[in-house]
Amino acid sequence: MSTKSDVNFSPEDLAAIPQKALLELYTTMLRIRLFEEKIVELYPEQEMKCPVHLCIGQEAIAAGVCRNLKKDDYMVSNHRGHGHGIAKGISMKVLFAEFYGRTTGCSKGKGGSMHIIDTSQGILGTSAIVGGGIPMAVGTGLSSRIKKDKRVSVVFFGDGAFDEGVFYESFNFASLKKLPVVFVCENNFYATNSRQSSRQSSCEIANSARAFGAPGMCVDGNNVVEVYKAADQAVKLARSGGGPSLIEATTYRWKGHVGPDVDYEKGARTEEELIYWMKRCPVKNFEKALREGGIVTGETLDAIPQAIFTELDEALSFAIKSPYPKPEALYEDLYNI
Amino acid sequence: MGKITIVKAINQALAEEMARDEDVVLLGEDIGQDGGVFRVTDGLLEKFGPQRVMDTPLAELAIAGTAIGMAVYGLRPVAEIQFMGFTYGALEQVFSHASRIRSRSRGRFTCPMVIRTPYGIGIKAPELHSESAESLYCHMPGIKVVAPSTPYNAKGLLISAIRDDDMVLFMEPASIYRAIKAEVPTENYAIPLGKAAIMQEGDEITLVSWGAMLHKAMEASEGFDCEIIDLMTLKPFDEEAILESVRKTGRLVIVHEATKNCGLGAEIAALVAEEALFYLKAPVLRVAGPEAVTPMASLEDEYVPKVARIREALKDVMKY
Repeated sequence: MSTKSDVNFSPEDLAAIPQKALLELYTTMLRIRLFEEKIVELYPEQEMKCPVHLCIGQEAIAAGVCRNLKKDDYMVSNHRGHGHGIAKGISMKVLFAEFYGRTTGCSKGKGGSMHIIDTSQGILGTSAIVGGGIPMAVGTGLSSRIKKDKRVSVVFFGDGAFDEGVFYESFNFASLKKLPVVFVCENNFYATNSRQSSRQSSCEIANSARAFGAPGMCVDGNNVVEVYKAADQAVKLARSGGGPSLIEATTYRWKGHVGPDVDYEKGARTEEELIYWMKRCPVKNFEKALREGGIVTGETLDAIPQAIFTELDEALSFAIKSPYPKPEALYEDLYNI
Repeated sequence: MGKITIVKAINQALAEEMARDEDVVLLGEDIGQDGGVFRVTDGLLEKFGPQRVMDTPLAELAIAGTAIGMAVYGLRPVAEIQFMGFTYGALEQVFSHASRIRSRSRGRFTCPMVIRTPYGIGIKAPELHSESAESLYCHMPGIKVVAPSTPYNAKGLLISAIRDDDMVLFMEPASIYRAIKAEVPTENYAIPLGKAAIMQEGDEITLVSWGAMLHKAMEASEGFDCEIIDLMTLKPFDEEAILESVRKTGRLVIVHEATKNCGLGAEIAALVAEEALFYLKAPVLRVAGPEAVTPMASLEDEYVPKVARIREALKDVMKY
């Protein structure tokens, strides 16, 4: 596990990245954070009709990676995917509507929080199966290669998916064919409640890429600038025909595996560990760097949350006003004869 | 026209569809350089190049999963899995993803992919090389399952499967890959999915089968007044063809190679019980494989429904 006690942003990096990009990285992270916190606030009402896997604490990875993607690049996510979806461009309206089980939801109210999809933004859909989406990104990457469309496919998965055989099959195939795929492993050190060290013989995920002749990078996943830079490199390599990369971004989820509560009280993880990682908050530390470095004015930063609260309110009101699916919807979209 | 084998007919279907539609892409283990374990894809690498006839690692999950991504992209991948037993390694991708892409995307995506795989006993290879696992796939909502029985329907059904917008499992009867030669039109033609073929009309017994077993059923029917139905599409199967025939004959015998327990024959029998019970003159009989692991060599004959066993069943239903 990372021993860095702070999130350190190099002044050179902050100077090298355009201010607009830095502000967008911050705004995206904050949008994800406030979106997730809104779920924490409302979930006890029991009106959201699905389990939720929150990514509070992990926002920098989604924001840093997706800032390098174009709208028509493909993105495959996983069960903990709200942040990926928001960073790639899905609207909060269709997310909340989905969680409330309404027809206007991104999955027409039949999928829930684990089924985020928006084809207009290149978001291909997710499911509950850990690692299940990995080869789909290889397939879109292979198709991009065949059609020479210069698109990049990115797949997000956790350290749990690194336990699954499908990762190795897929990564090998992508590297063998030099496909434009970026594999992003969000290593939060736990698969549900099992520690990485109790599941993996070597906890060096990024290093495994070498065995497949592809680059692997391990970055501080709570440092949005580090993630952004690593993803920039990986996306450029993929787009220029250089093949896949594996980015391991270390991080920590603040909430339990599923639901809005912390889990140290149940003994799954320790409170000390959570406190340590909360001090390494990706959002607050980055805001501090922007503010103290004079990169973005306090006035600009102070105005951001209000705009997001308005967006959240509008999204919620849209969701709650939307209808539930009719019984006939059960039979839709199976197959055509 | 010319007399060709099932292998050649499938090869023709692939070549014609690839020539017609550049989005049709093949992938699988040993399908390119080697032409496939049964030489079904022989010559296609030379004709269409390595971008469209792609050798893959020995990775069934990645083959199926990659094909899903390609289908979602808008291509029409045709994946070969070397033997039906080897598809078990790909089941997670097929069941958890391919079957659900249309549903999961709420119709925004379809999953126009085909998994071709040789199935069935009779090639003198042990378990996993000789499975008939159609029921597993038929049970999973969202997948279509097809099993041809002749060179003619192998070509026409595969063409339909490739053009279909959903995932199709295409089960090729390995034991008769080269055993039958028949006239097959050299021009492109499609046989619609979901429709059975009446191979022979008859009045006293409806005899339903598919794939390699169809030929045994036909042989066994000699001397009986059987209406023989080649199901061809196993999911969704042609319920009306079966019901119409049973309403006429009042007797039903189903022959399949897969284990009887929870086999597709049970579903067909249940359909008739639900929809045509009072037309029946005799109990519905199934002639099927036993509850056993598919064996090799001499025991193959013991496992697989024999002509004599089918004739016994036909005699039995005629006692009523």
